[in-house]
Amino acid sequence: MLNYLWSFMIIFSIFISGFTGGMRDLTTSALTASQNAVELCIKMGGIVALWMGVMRIAEKAHLIDVLARKMTPLLDFLFPDVPREHAARKYIATNLIANFLGLGWAATPPGLKAMLELQKLNLDKKRATHAMCMFLIINISSVQLISINMISYRTSYGSANPTEIIAPCIIATCFSTVAAVTFAKLMYRRKK
Amino acid sequence: MLTAFVWLSDWLIPIIILGIVIYGLLRNVNVYEAFIEGAADGLKVVFDILPTLIGLMMAVGMLRSSGALGGISNLIKPLISWSNFPSEVIPIALMRTFSSSAATGLILDAFKTYGPDSFIGRLVSVMFGCTETIFYTLSVYFMCIKIKDSRYTLAGAILATLVGIITSYYLTLWIFGI
Repeated sequence: MLNYLWSFMIIFSIFISGFTGGMRDLTTSALTASQNAVELCIKMGGIVALWMGVMRIAEKAHLIDVLARKMTPLLDFLFPDVPREHAARKYIATNLIANFLGLGWAATPPGLKAMLELQKLNLDKKRATHAMCMFLIINISSVQLISINMISYRTSYGSANPTEIIAPCIIATCFSTVAAVTFAKLMYRRKK
Repeated sequence: MLTAFVWLSDWLIPIIILGIVIYGLLRNVNVYEAFIEGAADGLKVVFDILPTLIGLMMAVGMLRSSGALGGISNLIKPLISWSNFPSEVIPIALMRTFSSSAATGLILDAFKTYGPDSFIGRLVSVMFGCTETIFYTLSVYFMCIKIKDSRYTLAGAILATLVGIITSYYLTLWIFGI
């Protein structure tokens, strides 16, 4: 995917610049961009390290497991087809909590395990179940509380108030997640 | 209402840090050691994405300087002229659904061109926080269990993303103004 996208961006810009005569500018901006990337990494490194340090404390205190266990009523509502004692529940909960805390790397492995477990409950192995659809739609609607990467980019580019986007992000996330859940629930009712 | 938003944005990070440190202490975690360990991993994560960032920022920088990026938003402009939605943001929103790293390249370009505190800068910040990559996520998750028919997942994912984008636009407009 990125293979073609990246090649296309490079080839396309060089061709256009060839016609418009902006070759020198093109070279300069390619060179500056690579330097900017390194500067950005050094600047955002501090913020990401700070946040991951705090989140490591949460992980060591088993906060993810504790929060995941508190999700039973919510999971009853979202995944009525998945029995309470089923292993899929635990993985779904861990995935959602990790996503909520912005721990993307900690969210994917339990997410994939949740799909494997949901597949065991599936009668038609080629067709997605309602629980799978619900799980993935919620995942894509994004449930992240704070996007620390975005805050670090904003800081690096000299924003006067990099964290001012936290509240609107949370509200927009709520809207998209509510829309996602409503849609999935409606489809569930209709096709039942 | 707006004061509540400002308060939330200002207070949330310190509250989370406070809560986690106290919770860790109550659970007998060596919080300082855990923090240092996590911070070391955080630095590693950032420097692991550096090559990707160089590649994409370079490609986006070339697109910008060739005039192609401006050309694309000029092409889109008449299509969305009925709304006040900035046409410069459409390519970023589209890219977001395909690839998170390519979208990051475009967002950083927007920060550089318009500034993170401009309307466009704030809008893409909020948008990025409330959306996810669609196609990549779906293919990874469905491929691992060999599902062929994903039913209404794609429709739901696109709906959630659209709702996220529209909400971001009105919230940014309402909270920060143009």
